[in-house]
Amino acid sequence: MFAYLVRRLLYALPILVGVNLITFALFFVVNTPDDMARLQLGVKRVTPEAIAKWKAERGYDRPLFVNPAAAGLGVLTETIFFAKSVRMFAGDFGRAEDGRDIAREIRSRLGPSLAIALPTFVLGLLVTVSLALLLTFFRASYLDFWGVVVCVAMMSISGLFYIIGGQYLVSKLWKLVPISGYGGGLEAWKFLILPLAIGVVSGIGSSTRWYRTIFIEEISRDYVRTARAKGLSELNVLFRHVLRNAMIPILTGVVVVIPLLFLGSLLSESFFGIPGLGSYTIDAIKAQDFAVVRAMVFIGSLLYIVGLMLTDVSYTFVDPRIRFH
Amino acid sequence: MPWFRFFFAALSLLFAACGSEQNDPYPAGERGRNILYAGFSERPKHLDPVQSYTEDEITFTAQIYEPPLQYHYLKRPYTLIPATSEAVPVARYYDERGRELAADAPAAQIALSVYEIRLRPGIRYQPHPAFATDAAGEPLYRDLDRERLRGIERLADFPLTGTRELVADDYIYQIKRLAHPRLHSPIFGMMAERIVGLRELGAALQAAARSLPADAWLDLDQYPLPGVQRVDRYTYRFTLRGKYPQFVYWLAMPFFAPVPREVDRFYGQPGMAEKNLTLDWYPVGSGPFMLTDNNPNSRLVLERNPNFHGETYPCVGEPQDEAAGLLADCGQPLPFIDQAVYTREKESIPYWNKFLQGYYDASGISSDSFDQAVRLGVGGDVQVSDEMRDRGITLLTSVRASIFYLGFNMLDPVVGGLAEPAIKLRQALSIAIDQEEFISIFMNGRGIAATSPLPPGIFGYLEGEAGNNPVVYDWVDGKPQRKPLAVARRLLAEAGWPDGRHATNGEPLVLYLDTTSGGMGDKSRLDWLTRQFAKLDVQLVVRSTDFNRFQEKIRKGAVQLYYLGWNADYPDPENFLFLLAGPEGKVAKSGENASNYVNPEFDRLFERMKNMESEGPSGAERLAIIRQAVALLQHDAPWIYGFHPTTYTLGHVWLHNRKPNDVGHNVLKYQRIDVAQRQRLRQEWNRPVLWPLAAAALVLLGLVLPALLGYWRRERGTA
Repeated sequence: MFAYLVRRLLYALPILVGVNLITFALFFVVNTPDDMARLQLGVKRVTPEAIAKWKAERGYDRPLFVNPAAAGLGVLTETIFFAKSVRMFAGDFGRAEDGRDIAREIRSRLGPSLAIALPTFVLGLLVTVSLALLLTFFRASYLDFWGVVVCVAMMSISGLFYIIGGQYLVSKLWKLVPISGYGGGLEAWKFLILPLAIGVVSGIGSSTRWYRTIFIEEISRDYVRTARAKGLSELNVLFRHVLRNAMIPILTGVVVVIPLLFLGSLLSESFFGIPGLGSYTIDAIKAQDFAVVRAMVFIGSLLYIVGLMLTDVSYTFVDPRIRFH
Repeated sequence: MPWFRFFFAALSLLFAACGSEQNDPYPAGERGRNILYAGFSERPKHLDPVQSYTEDEITFTAQIYEPPLQYHYLKRPYTLIPATSEAVPVARYYDERGRELAADAPAAQIALSVYEIRLRPGIRYQPHPAFATDAAGEPLYRDLDRERLRGIERLADFPLTGTRELVADDYIYQIKRLAHPRLHSPIFGMMAERIVGLRELGAALQAAARSLPADAWLDLDQYPLPGVQRVDRYTYRFTLRGKYPQFVYWLAMPFFAPVPREVDRFYGQPGMAEKNLTLDWYPVGSGPFMLTDNNPNSRLVLERNPNFHGETYPCVGEPQDEAAGLLADCGQPLPFIDQAVYTREKESIPYWNKFLQGYYDASGISSDSFDQAVRLGVGGDVQVSDEMRDRGITLLTSVRASIFYLGFNMLDPVVGGLAEPAIKLRQALSIAIDQEEFISIFMNGRGIAATSPLPPGIFGYLEGEAGNNPVVYDWVDGKPQRKPLAVARRLLAEAGWPDGRHATNGEPLVLYLDTTSGGMGDKSRLDWLTRQFAKLDVQLVVRSTDFNRFQEKIRKGAVQLYYLGWNADYPDPENFLFLLAGPEGKVAKSGENASNYVNPEFDRLFERMKNMESEGPSGAERLAIIRQAVALLQHDAPWIYGFHPTTYTLGHVWLHNRKPNDVGHNVLKYQRIDVAQRQRLRQEWNRPVLWPLAAAALVLLGLVLPALLGYWRRERGTA
């Protein structure tokens, strides 16, 4: 397995270079270094000299990809792309355009992002898998029928509605928890409970329906009939046989998102005032802060690759037939 | 059943915990303390006074830094008063040979203006580690490096702090920082034109910075600045080129606040910037407040500066201020509050709801909550809604010192230029676009239609018939009435476009509007605008683009019509009329005149006006010149004068001494809170409603029990 993982890691390198290249190209198609300078310096009373100075100081006065004026390798290395990319691959994200250290900012925002994303993920998985098993147990009954109807209704509602509706009911009308905000330590629970509940509830519709489909497909297989014929209880059949055999498609969808939890939630963080990485990315896009956008896209790609590898590894735990070569 | 007992025990515990404000977003330890709560939506980018310019930033910096001057809190028109200085400086003028001139000497004769500022002795800085000294009086934290900084993550991690007296050198040091090549002050270019030697200092510092490592500290004291000289410990002197009466307004902005050399030296040490220990993050000032917690992602905390030199609440203001209770605190020491907590709220709905719960002391009104917050009286007056009134919430309205306008590019062959047909075309469109309707539909009436670039409160703005724009309005029964559409049609025909078609070749008149709009809300506005043009059978094509491309088009003059706005830097007509001055042309000079309007007569009037004072003997003459200049602008119509927005602010009954102020931002020190009243009302408004918890538990039980019963039956059936 080790050789397989090393090979996958090596495959990841060109992918990361490619993602970085595409991010770079897309960003600079929309924003020129002049645009970035103007946004950082403001639009009032900014002179062309000030813009030139800003670009020169941050290395944005070089050509994007090829520097014909340079000699030798400098044709490629004395460019914005090279200068901005090479350090990132060494793990140095540098500073945001406002001068603040990106790695430090990411570290400080990781906690709040995970404080919501991780419990929402775990609790959501438990709730939706349990509900899906319940519907599977009562398949072809009224409970199953109405369960699916409710799931379809729930998945048809926008996530924003859950957030605004939840804030309105729980925080505004019933005054049970703060509408928004964030606090460290023991204070944190009162801020997290509502986004967590909303995160779980808003995911019930689609996930339950998806898992139910997997379980229903699995429950009609011969081995399930055999298990029942052996006299196992339905609960045993569902948890010990159906759930285990349905793990491959579940893990395919679930494990890959685990690393992405680190990137936070764009919508929830914004509405609940949680200072996580989701809002950091959105702020950077709005501020045209290329350094931050590039770093977050890079981390996102890296985590996605890690997620795919974890998924592959997880298969070996649930299906002993799978071996890596 | 034991689980049932456990469930009810847990529910009882929960109910007991819900005795008080469960939705309080602040730590319990803050309850009952003299703290003002406010919010911010955009994180401040810069807190260094050399860079900070936007309103998001100045909200904080103005409470911390003290420039030599400030605006009187209550007087209108806005009046400059001393902050750290002993008096508002008066310029002395000199000709080219260095001879002093009379105060009313013609501007053309004035080669140099000299402003001397004398500081009040005894003013001290906030406690800060940069001022901490050892027994020998040497700075304690001077020779730090990455190793010694290990374990230091925040400013509060430095165990010792100190303070010292504010002196003239601190102001001089900061003015030199305007020229610092790595700090990119937005006003450097403009000030380099005025302050003698500032441009040369910039060049010298740039050369010096190149020879040093990227993060090395640059000691500005090693570089002279002839235009700013130390006279004595408490006095410094500016020397400016020519006459520049508006300079005193700049002296009330944080750009001209003091920055001590040792603070700059402290933050310039290796390893500091990597930990975000910079002046941009942790400002240092002598003002009434100091920033003690800076997490711009979630909250910023300003705390009372224990070393604040003391100031008292004003005893004079406008005639109506006494009735409004704004003079009740006359002579009381400032500031009133101990702390101000600013929490980041990116979305308006949570902010609004928290305001209604009493967790913010004041709030603006977004369009979502407008109908809930205010209602229009029979006479068109604006009042708070019954719901707000019952809570004791009060409304403050004020017309902002801003203008939003639809500009014509005067370089455009169709709508531009000063030829009579083009002027008539612009006049016709000015009449056709019904600004009053726009304000009513899209701004809930929060604004007044503009008749010139000058907003109310700025010298030169005239009320009544004297301020009317006769090109667009008739004065009927004591109020302006937009001219009938027939007048606009006639003007259009005289311009060579009868019924919106070219008089000779019959081609339709198609105009292009460049805008950054593109969202759903903007579509209805643009549809409305298109219909306004269609009233004259003129076709409007909207070219929506992103902000960067829009700016680029403006810079290159590649637009025909565009929307822009301007907020006052200072309360002087020069700050608005310069937007149409020829030497400020965007295409030719990269200035702020985005319409590229050039009228030699206007430029002549502007040049005269800008060098005059509004007060004193020249005031009447200045007003007359402004009236002439405004009349020219109204006739030439390089802009369709849009509107001056009106700010609506709601405040709770416990918040006192609020008065809208557009140019003076150091207003936190005047705010007073009745803490006991706030605490009582918060408790009253935020009693938790617990029955939904019980209902949710019952629903859950109602779902689980049948499932369990169903399972049990099935299992029994199978058996």
